[in-house]
Amino acid sequence: MNDLAIETSGLVKTFGTTRAVDGVDLAIARGGVHAVLGPNGAGKTTVMRVLATLTRPDAGTARVLGRDVVSDSKEVRRRVSLTGQFASLDEDLTGRDNLRLIGRLFGYSGRGARSRAEELLDAFSLTDAGDKQVKKYSGGMRRRLDIAASIVVTPELLFLDEPTTGLDPRSRNEVWDIVRAMVSGGTTVLLTTQYLEEADQLADRITVIDRGRVIAEGTSAELKASVGSGTLVVRVMDRADRPAAREVLGRELGVEVREEIDPSALTANVAGSAGVTRALTALEDAGIILAQFSLGQPTLDEVFLSITGHTAEDVEPERGSTEKTSTEEQAA
Amino acid sequence: MSEQTGTGRTTRTETAPTGANTGTPAQQALLAVLVSGERPPAPNALSTSITFGHRALLKIRHVPEQLFDVTLFPIIMTLLFTFIFGGALAGSVEDYIQFFMPGVIVQSVVMITMYTGTTIRNDIEKGVFDRFRSLPIWRPSALVGMLLGDTVRFLIASAVMVGVGLLLGWRPQGGPVGVMLGILVVLLFSFSIGWIWTFIALLMRSSGAVMGVSMMVLMPLTFASNIFVSPTTLPGWLEAFVGVNPLSHVVTSARELMGGAELGSSFLIVLLWSAGFVLVFGPLTMWRYRDAR
Ligand SMILES: Nc1ncnc2c1ncn2[C@@H]1O[C@H](COP(=O)(O)OP(=O)(O)O)[C@@H](O)[C@H]1O
Ligand SMILES: [Mg+2]
Repeated sequence: MNDLAIETSGLVKTFGTTRAVDGVDLAIARGGVHAVLGPNGAGKTTVMRVLATLTRPDAGTARVLGRDVVSDSKEVRRRVSLTGQFASLDEDLTGRDNLRLIGRLFGYSGRGARSRAEELLDAFSLTDAGDKQVKKYSGGMRRRLDIAASIVVTPELLFLDEPTTGLDPRSRNEVWDIVRAMVSGGTTVLLTTQYLEEADQLADRITVIDRGRVIAEGTSAELKASVGSGTLVVRVMDRADRPAAREVLGRELGVEVREEIDPSALTANVAGSAGVTRALTALEDAGIILAQFSLGQPTLDEVFLSITGHTAEDVEPERGSTEKTSTEEQAA
Repeated sequence: MSEQTGTGRTTRTETAPTGANTGTPAQQALLAVLVSGERPPAPNALSTSITFGHRALLKIRHVPEQLFDVTLFPIIMTLLFTFIFGGALAGSVEDYIQFFMPGVIVQSVVMITMYTGTTIRNDIEKGVFDRFRSLPIWRPSALVGMLLGDTVRFLIASAVMVGVGLLLGWRPQGGPVGVMLGILVVLLFSFSIGWIWTFIALLMRSSGAVMGVSMMVLMPLTFASNIFVSPTTLPGWLEAFVGVNPLSHVVTSARELMGGAELGSSFLIVLLWSAGFVLVFGPLTMWRYRDAR
């Protein structure tokens, strides 16, 4: 039981009449990245704040690295670090001062805190911005500094609450790299995200939550498999070939083949990869040249839709730039 | 887009490899800082409180406007009250200021303590307290440190007012030592009532509300006191209130110390009030601090 990083049972947190967390059971192993995926308002932040001892649960229990978050909160704080959804930095101070401050609070001497701050600024490519006030930082810089502040002393478990929300794709990739480096350094990372792609990219296992409850748990592949079929996408080199290709595929696969808005693309839901090889060979035999084909398991978007009956985006009115980008990528 | 992919429809943005040993230089640098992030011995409560006090002072360097309320405000208070009340009540500024100066120092500093509450409210809203609260340190130290930092600001305000007073002809009989001891009493009391504002800051959801409640508490205390006039000139019920008003006792102690008179019972009453504020509002503050947001 003690090799679990996080273990909760019947966790409840209410705000007035809102049941922000409504009976959450988690069992998360040490090591790697675990993602908590859910739309805005699902209760991700509240779960994290309970686990990081920033707020106390109304019911249920939570153990983090084997310690109870209520009765043993100081021991939990000693071992974990939280990078909140919104930067927890002192905006009036410089990046360097922020890191030195945290260093001092961890018990570094003045000189020790100074050199630790330099190391961190360097590793997070912030040396040049070190003497600027944090309020003048870009979103990506702020996020990096916030993560740096969380690892002044290397935590056993790092909570990252929506680490890439609102970041441009480049900054997002930087954050992903940081997460991967953390994990290879032996830290367990629990991150929340609204972005299905992000969970898919980073996480070993994913817990899907919606309206304060866990609705699914597993690896990305398991979640996708639970939805069933995958999708074959084919793009023909010559648009004129599309009707012929559609006929061949329909015959070989025995399912409906759809014409996409992209005038050279066709898609079909398939049960497995078995018939696909034969169908592609048949296309080649018919002299139809393909620009691209891919056999995808369902995306996490589809997973979410099939579990909850609504897509992650339905419930979220405004969406961050990252999500838009990934949708564009998928459409491309 | 002519590459042949067989992997999946989920677009994979290829970034640096994920393996432990094969990272880019940037990732290796990250790994290196992670490995070197060893934990120093835990700091004690005093040291973390002082670190937080240091943070408050660093802010002054970056946001010098913060010094307005401890320089301009006290100067204006001193000038305004000395010339308005000095002329009207005592007939001469010179006479009145001997009586008035300790009181105006108390009043200005006590008014400035209100900013403690709004500062904390703003910090909480910006999320920086989430970081502080998640650290394995003596929990009150973030608040104690802020109050300590504020005490330095109060000291600046007091020094400014002493300077202005001296220029206007204030000649405290207690000499420099008496003046400093008087200021010390004011600082002690201000630190203690700071805990009322921290509690209110954790109770209320907006800095406007924090300000409003603080005003409501402070206004009657400062005006129904012996700061401006001697209470014997007041109607009986008001005189009674002025008598129990802790601020009156702070003013009396400050007058005694600065004026070189013998220290009376007021000083003891100030100590008791101060201890009471810390003992009541300290725990109340920490009780709210557990779920602060
Ligand atoms: N401090 C709070 N006061 C009142 N309601 C809150 C508070 N924090 C969160 N909530 C509510 O709880 C629900 C879950 O919020 P949150 O945990 O922030 O979700 P997520 O992080 O998944 O977007 C939401 O309906 C939100 O409005
Ligand atoms: Mg959130």
